[in-house]
Amino acid sequence: MTKALLTLSGISKQFDGKTILNELSLTIGDGEFITLLGPSGCGKTTLLRMMAGFEHPDRGSVTLSGTDITQTPPERRPLNTVFQNYALFPHMSVFDNVAYGLKMEKRPKTEIRERVEEALAMVQLEDFSGRKPHQLSGGQQQRVAIARAVVKRPKMLLLDEPLSALDYKLRRTMQVELKRLQRELGITFVFVTHDQEEALSMSDRIVVLKDGYIQQLGTPREVYERPANVFTARFIGQTNFFPGRVTRVDGKRISVDVLGLNRELNTPSFRVSVNQLLHVLLRPEDIRVLAPEDTEGVPGKIIERNYKGSTLDSVIELEDGREVMASEFFDEDDPAFDYSLGERVRVSWVDGWEWLLAEESDEPLTDEEELAADVAEH
Amino acid sequence: MRWLSRSYLALVYLLLYVPILVLVVFSFNDSRTGYNWGGFSLRWYESLFSNHAMVQAMWNSLWLALTAATVSTIIGALTALALHRYRFRGKKVLNGMLFVVMMSPEIVLAISLLGLFMLVGLKLGYVSLLLAHVTFCLPFVVITVMARLSGFDERLPEAARDLGASEFTVTRTVLIPVIMPALMAGWLLGFTLSMDDVVVSTFVSGPGYEILPLRIYSMVRVGLKPEVNALGSLLLVFSLVMLMLSQWILSRSKQ
Repeated sequence: MTKALLTLSGISKQFDGKTILNELSLTIGDGEFITLLGPSGCGKTTLLRMMAGFEHPDRGSVTLSGTDITQTPPERRPLNTVFQNYALFPHMSVFDNVAYGLKMEKRPKTEIRERVEEALAMVQLEDFSGRKPHQLSGGQQQRVAIARAVVKRPKMLLLDEPLSALDYKLRRTMQVELKRLQRELGITFVFVTHDQEEALSMSDRIVVLKDGYIQQLGTPREVYERPANVFTARFIGQTNFFPGRVTRVDGKRISVDVLGLNRELNTPSFRVSVNQLLHVLLRPEDIRVLAPEDTEGVPGKIIERNYKGSTLDSVIELEDGREVMASEFFDEDDPAFDYSLGERVRVSWVDGWEWLLAEESDEPLTDEEELAADVAEH
Repeated sequence: MRWLSRSYLALVYLLLYVPILVLVVFSFNDSRTGYNWGGFSLRWYESLFSNHAMVQAMWNSLWLALTAATVSTIIGALTALALHRYRFRGKKVLNGMLFVVMMSPEIVLAISLLGLFMLVGLKLGYVSLLLAHVTFCLPFVVITVMARLSGFDERLPEAARDLGASEFTVTRTVLIPVIMPALMAGWLLGFTLSMDDVVVSTFVSGPGYEILPLRIYSMVRVGLKPEVNALGSLLLVFSLVMLMLSQWILSRSKQ
């Protein structure tokens, strides 16, 4: 990571006796695209508002480039925010909206005109400077909000679910554009979202939050492929959880009894002992669906199949009633492959593609979290 | 059926506008006795403007309405802001009391105000009129401004502060412009209410400060003089101008 730009240390915050953030520490590097991801109520928006200066922590400190800004009001922080519903000033034209921040700095008129035009050109809205916000589409309003926030050349741009009000296609376009902007401007982006797909595709690093705690901090690949706990694994992407029991520990290898199969797996980073219970995690795309006459794997039958264009997604019910999600790419040898419901298959995977997690004390997940994870997936 | 609905409509409009039309036409009537036409004349307008007491009453009324509307808009807007923004003890009571003032019969308000002024020994005149008018205009302003504030996006002041504006600058450049139409509407409402109030004013005005509605009322009591028609026509023109002004302001600030 490059030089630290913003450091949060030991941040705690309560609202009406309810703990929102709990002893949270986080360092954001200069120029990175970092995403705060979590279900609603996880504290991600509060954390962002604390960076912007709209909230102040009960305990802990916020430091920007070595200067303590914990109690600095928002108007004196060199950071700018893109709000969820844009919060454009309805009585001002697009030009005046973007110029607002520069007027506050009492910049000369010619400089303001130049910089506003530059910012509007950057978001491809040069021809709209005379319009009022209500005369623009959602996507255009979004661009004005971005232009208004970056025109001041902040050290850091805070984005509070900026794409949530846009439809799917526009959202994809804006994702690409935000990335481009971030590369061009070279400023740090802190992005809040509950959309895990958005987080994975845009971020340099992802902070997974739940109940005011950081669940995991890592690159999209780390968070997806090596989730730190059950929550992260469930929240990001879809995962099959198989119960496993350690039968033998031998240095770098362990033997695990999973679904009646005895598999030789790599020793995980946490301590394991014989008879310990484990979660064996497999992403749907890591599942191998085999023919019923195969000797490998666990037998089951197809109970659901969904054609997804590039993949064929299926749900396989094993003999013990457990359901397994599988996602297979179409093979160039057999572009027409398909399953019929009730078809008998066997389920397996390639050793080494699984991910192991220790059983957690607070399991199973509550319904609420299941729901949050479900919502996040869609 | 078509002619039936048309004539029904015509009848409705006739009933609405004939009295006003008669008033305007007869204000230009040369005849002294009100109900026969004696030719076109501007004599009633002349006599109206040469009537010093009448002109004085007109100015008094205008000044009173202007100040009452302004004072009640300022107090009302601040009250609405406080009610909108802060949670405090007695907020509901305060809110309810506004409605009590608005709903209670004018005569009750008039008597209680008179009693109050007597009690504190306030000399009846401009000040007592102003206080009374501000009292009954206030709830209308508060309700108008509150309605506008309820649709106000709380993120706007935050966005302004985020861009470097101090609390005072936010109020000046964001809050006031956004609620401006409501302030204008509240002011005009207050102005109109003050301009044509008779009941409360009768109780709290003193001999030294005569206002137009009371003057007209006393004129009519001794018999309908044609000057009243002229005065009515002038007031009509005045209200039409005010109406157009408010419409123009509203259409300009419409989003």
